This record gives sequence, C-alpha cells and structure tokens, in this order.
Amino acid sequence: MKRAGFASAMIGAIALLSNQYAMAETASTTAKKEIAGKWLTATGEPTYNVANDGTVDWYTFSGFRRYHSECHTCHGPDGEGSSYAPALVESVKTMSYADFMLIVATGREVVRADKQSKMPALGDNANVRCYLEDIYVYLKARADGGLPRGRPANRADKPEAAEKQEKECFGDR
Amino acid sequence: MHRHALASASLAVFAFATPAMANEDVLQQSARPEQWVLQTGNYTNQRYSKLAQINRDNVKNLKVAWTFSTGVLRGHEGAPLVVGNIMYVHTPFPNTLYALDLNEDGKILWKYEPKQNPDVIPVMCCDTVYRGPAYADGTIYHHQADTTLVALDAKTGKEKWKVVNGDPKKGETNTATVLPVKDKVIVGISGAEFGVRGHVTAYDAKTGKQVWRAYSLGPDNEILFDPEKTMSLGKPVGKDSSLKTWTGEQWKIGGGTAWGWFSYDPETNLVFYGTANPSTWNPAQRTGTDGKPIDQKWTMAIIARDADTGVAKWAYQMTPFDEWDYDGVNEMILADITVQGQPRKVLVHFDRNGLGYTLDRVTGELLVANKFDPKVNWTSGVVMDKNSPQYGRPQVVKEYSTFQTGQDKNTKGVCPAALGSKDQQPAAFSPQTNLFYVPTNHVCMDYEPFRVSYTAGQPYVGATLSMFAAPGSHGGMGNFIAWDAAQGKIAWSKPEKFSVWSGALATAGGIVFYGTLEGYIKAVDEKDGTELFKFKTPSGIIGNVMTYSHNGKQYVAVLSGVGGWAGIGLAAGLTNPNDGLGAVGGYAGLRDYTALGGSLTVLTLP
Repeated sequence: MKRAGFASAMIGAIALLSNQYAMAETASTTAKKEIAGKWLTATGEPTYNVANDGTVDWYTFSGFRRYHSECHTCHGPDGEGSSYAPALVESVKTMSYADFMLIVATGREVVRADKQSKMPALGDNANVRCYLEDIYVYLKARADGGLPRGRPANRADKPEAAEKQEKECFGDR
Repeated sequence: MHRHALASASLAVFAFATPAMANEDVLQQSARPEQWVLQTGNYTNQRYSKLAQINRDNVKNLKVAWTFSTGVLRGHEGAPLVVGNIMYVHTPFPNTLYALDLNEDGKILWKYEPKQNPDVIPVMCCDTVYRGPAYADGTIYHHQADTTLVALDAKTGKEKWKVVNGDPKKGETNTATVLPVKDKVIVGISGAEFGVRGHVTAYDAKTGKQVWRAYSLGPDNEILFDPEKTMSLGKPVGKDSSLKTWTGEQWKIGGGTAWGWFSYDPETNLVFYGTANPSTWNPAQRTGTDGKPIDQKWTMAIIARDADTGVAKWAYQMTPFDEWDYDGVNEMILADITVQGQPRKVLVHFDRNGLGYTLDRVTGELLVANKFDPKVNWTSGVVMDKNSPQYGRPQVVKEYSTFQTGQDKNTKGVCPAALGSKDQQPAAFSPQTNLFYVPTNHVCMDYEPFRVSYTAGQPYVGATLSMFAAPGSHGGMGNFIAWDAAQGKIAWSKPEKFSVWSGALATAGGIVFYGTLEGYIKAVDEKDGTELFKFKTPSGIIGNVMTYSHNGKQYVAVLSGVGGWAGIGLAAGLTNPNDGLGAVGGYAGLRDYTALGGSLTVLTLP
C-alpha cells in the first residue's frame, strides 16, 4: 500500500475513534473486558492486562517485542527515552490512542532553535503497522506502572485471532 | 598540486617519477607529531603520538586551555583535526564544520553548514553521529549524513566539488570517516539495519568522479573479488564466493555496510576495513534453502583491497551467519610486532564479537584469535588448525546460539551484547610498550529473534534484546584494557562504571588517554593502567582523544556530547533480569550523570 493512501485511510479511522472516545472519556477508567485474549477498556480502547501472578496478555508481550525491534533504537529500552528521542512512557500518559496511531503512521518533525528531530512515518512498515495496538498497550502498561522494566516474566499464549490478524496484515504468509 | 613554492622546487626533481599525490601529502603531514590530519592519526590507525611534553609525571597538572561549543546537541564521535595553525571541528547532523584559529584560542576562521533533508535523521540507526572528515593536499574531505561527499578548500572552506554516494530513501546514510589515498578518496556507507547492500567507493580526489565501487556482497565483478587471486585463509576464494553463501536474492538487501574506519599500508598499497551485519537480526530468515546456517559472505569480514583498483587481495570472515549483530566494522590497526619469535607485519582488530584478531596484513594469514573480555561466551574459540575443515571459524556454543534456540524464543545470557565487547570507539597502539589500549563494553544480553518483513527505507531488524552488565564481574558496564596482540592476552584491565565509548590515544609521554560516558577525560599509565589524571568535561564523551602541538606547546583535545548507541542504550540504565522482575541493575542510568551538548575541551600544562 502506498504511504499516502494508507495514511489518509488511517486518519479517517482515527477521526471516528476520537469521537467515540470523546463521548465516553469519563468512563474510560472503569472495568475492562476481554474478548478472545484481547483486553479493551469500557469504551472499547485497547488496553493491557497483568494477572496477579504477573502474566501479561499476549498483545502486551507482542508490543514489548515489537517495540524493542522497531522503536528502541531511538526511544531507548523499555520506553524510557534516550539521548536521542523522548521517553514514550511519559508521552502516552497524555497522548490519546488516536494521536498515537496518527503520529506513528504519519511521522512528526520538531524544529527548535537547539535541535531538529524527526520521527519517521511508519505506516507502510508492516513490522509496525501490524502491531500498532500491541505497541500502544505495552507502552500504556509501562506508563501506568502496570509493568516493570525488562522482559515480561510470563505471558499468555498467542490467541488464534492474533495469528490470523498477523497473517492478514502481512499478506504474504 | 603544490602548496608552497619552496616545496614545489624541492619536489620538482622527483616529479617525473612520482607525481605528488594525496598519500604522499598525508604521509608527510601525519608524520609531523604537532598535527593530526586523519581521524585515526595516520594510515596505520595506531592513534599514537610522539609528543612527550605531557608525561606520566606532569599529566596531573593539566588545565583547560580553552573550550568551544559546537551548537549541536547530538552524539559527537570522532575528533578534531589539526593542520598547521588551524583546527577543524565537525558535528553530527547537520554536519557543520568549523575551522578554528589556534593563534586566537579557536576564533572561527570559517564555518561550513550543509543543507540536508531532515528525512535522513530517522533512517540513521542509533543517532546522527559522524566520525569526522580528513585532510589531504590542502583539502578537507567531508562526508555528510545524506551521503554527500564534499571537498572543501582547507584555507577558505570554499567547495571544490561534491558528489552523492548513496540514497537515504533506501536507508543509505553516512556516519563513517573518509580516507584520502593517492589520488583518491575512499568512503563507506551505513544502513545494514535498513537492508542496505554495503559498499566502499573510491572517488577522484581532484574531481569527485567515481573511480571504483566494491560491494560487500553479490557477484564477483561487483564485489571486485578475483576468484583465483583473492585469498582467504591461504586459499583462493573461488567463483561466486559471496553469491553461493546466500539464499536467492537476499544479498540484494543483505547489509554488510562499511561504517567504521579505514587503514592503509603504502608498502602493499592495500586499504583495510571491516563489514557489518547481514541486515535482519533474525537468523532464521537468512538460512540456506535447507534451513541450515549459511555464511552470508562477505558480511562480518575484514577485507584488504588494492587502493588503485579496489580488487580484494584477501578477506577473512569473522562471524559467519551472524546471530547476534556482531558487526565487523571496528578499526584495523597496522603494526610491526614479533609473533612467536618472528617479526610480522600485522593487522590487529578488536571485533564486536569479543575476539581480538592478529593477522598477517600482507597475506591475510590468521595468527591469533582470542577473547579480549573473559566473559565472552557465544564461542568456545576459533579453530587454528590449518588442516581442519573448520579452520578459521568460530565454534558456536549451542546454549548461546539465537538460531538454535529458535525464532520466538529468548536466548538468555549471551556475552557480549549486540553492541559488542567493543564498538566503533578506536583502540590505540604504543610502539613503546607494544601493547594495544582498548576501550571495551562489559555488557551481556537476552536476545529473541522473530519474523520481520522488508520495506525499502524502513528498519529491518526482527529481534528484541535486553542488555545488562556482565554478571559475576565488577558490576560495571565497561573496562579499559591493555592487550598483547602477539600472545592474545590481556595485560591489564581497568574497570569502568559505563561502557568506554571513547577512542584512546597513546603518547610517547608514557600515558594513555580516553574518555568516559559520564564525561571524564582520563590519563592512565601505559604500564599498568594507574589513573594519573581525570577531568569532567561538560557532557559524556563518545569522541576520540587527540593531541597536537602549537607554538611548541602540547595540547590534548576531545569532543564531548553524549549520544550514539551508547546514549540510546544506556541513558535510562540497564536492567538485570537476574535481579528479579526487571529491576534496574547496579548502576543508575547515564542520564543521572550527564546531559546533551556538543563541546570541545582543550587541555595543556600551565
């Protein structure tokens, strides 16, 4: 898919999501639910789950892996930030899910008197695009203090739905 | 061609036989200890200075002479150059270059600031670093992040020519230094993590016209390997030495970039450099059609090429079928030492994979391959028996093979970590002690590879890793060591809190300098590593220490400015999975010690 095409489709989808969240933002901290291994907030926004024994849901674990393949070479280990790029465990405390998706898909450039930084548009990178939600819920878990630094000690098995969605997204296997 | 009337008169007699060329100029200029005309000091890459005014007795009295802020916040690698009364200081992206007047404490004579598309920033894996320009024949050769190579008049900063070496849209960028040799300038390329097909290219020093390009992988006529004459481990490499070690057309996105340093031996006319990892970090995606490991030549290799033609005389692959990201790009140091009772012309290389190699630089014969960090565990060693079918190959320990452990599985406790027992930070050699002084990392990792897909200009990694200080050691993440390359043994080792990410300098004063990530510039005794001096500069040091002399006085200079892979990987501190659930390890993060900011510190005796 061409970058522009993907980006505009993405923006459309995000606009819808934003409205949905805006209507129910006060309820977002209430009970979350699980659908086939995937956890959602009461408003339908993806979220993480850490069981009492420390076992994380598959998607959060997947986000940990993909973050440390695609994102950490700029943003540092565990979303903690680096000398090069900001700490995403801080960013997602105030950034909405919709904004997160938009920035990852289309990039961001910051030009200041002291420095110029540029986040690439990763929307046409399947290794990011196919795991956007995963990366978000992982960072959200880190930001909320729900997950310590390092590799999650235990994880849930990979749900069939994740396998299916991955295959569809990659399109080649 | 000739800089001074006097010089041209005296050279005229030779002009018929030998036209004055850049390497003669570099040889003459770099032989003057008051100057520093190449990033690596001279063609040997020894980083040794004959200056001895600052010595082991008086080094404790060093004081700041003057400082200079570069105005750039990113990681500052490389070192300033000094030619005559001018110091040249470079910065990371946007790759500003300053010419400073040594007669006026660094007054700016001229400034060159290239305009580059910021799209290059995110395709530079691990910070927008630059290992610096080089000088030859009145010209500064400057290779920008966007791969524009520019020749500048050293006196005025005026552009003489410029040429573009690669395409950042495909992830091709530059971080390496350049090497002027004869009538050519030799340059490399970065971007193995973006699936770039690595190459080294020679441009005409006078015009910028491309003379030759040698890829690291692909058909013989593109890698410039002669099947009959190019040797490896004493044998001709044979036809398709690269192609037959790859599955299908994977070599077209196969990495093997050359992003480090170059050395040159005028006697054999050979240029030496190392090549990087075979792109994706998931080895399962690079197997042969039978699902077994395959070498991926000539990634992870030391290559010796004829400076005029680019044709390889010999090559040696250190880490066939990489499973850990142990790039082979670190510097190749040329020295003449005695090995097993025989005087040998050697090349010494400290690889990311934790092995210190000594080879005969004329023939490529492997003389020594030993661990320079005792914690290295991925290999039981290199087979040195010439009759063995495994001759020259490292033997992989199953427990630490990320390929044998498998995709989607976590291989634990591999030493060294992906940043290597040593990264690009160059070592020094002192002919006074015959020892090599090596800045090292003392860090291990857990590594889990998984499937990734390739998109041009996007990261092509496919592994997640966690790093931690080497377990069962002093708890720090680095050592500064002295190495006997004839024996393959550590002479002494000085523990450091953080990885030592700064290039070393050895001097005739009996001392060795290096910088630390907290920002200290340190001087130690060449004999035993005793710390004789330290001074905290404004930011963490990932630059290389250099020395020069001006008006009869010796100076030591270093660029501060934390960043690079060290700044990214260590800013937040490492975690130690053995400490429990991801607790922060023995030391807090680098960010508790230092902050961003490029600056130059120049020290001298009062």
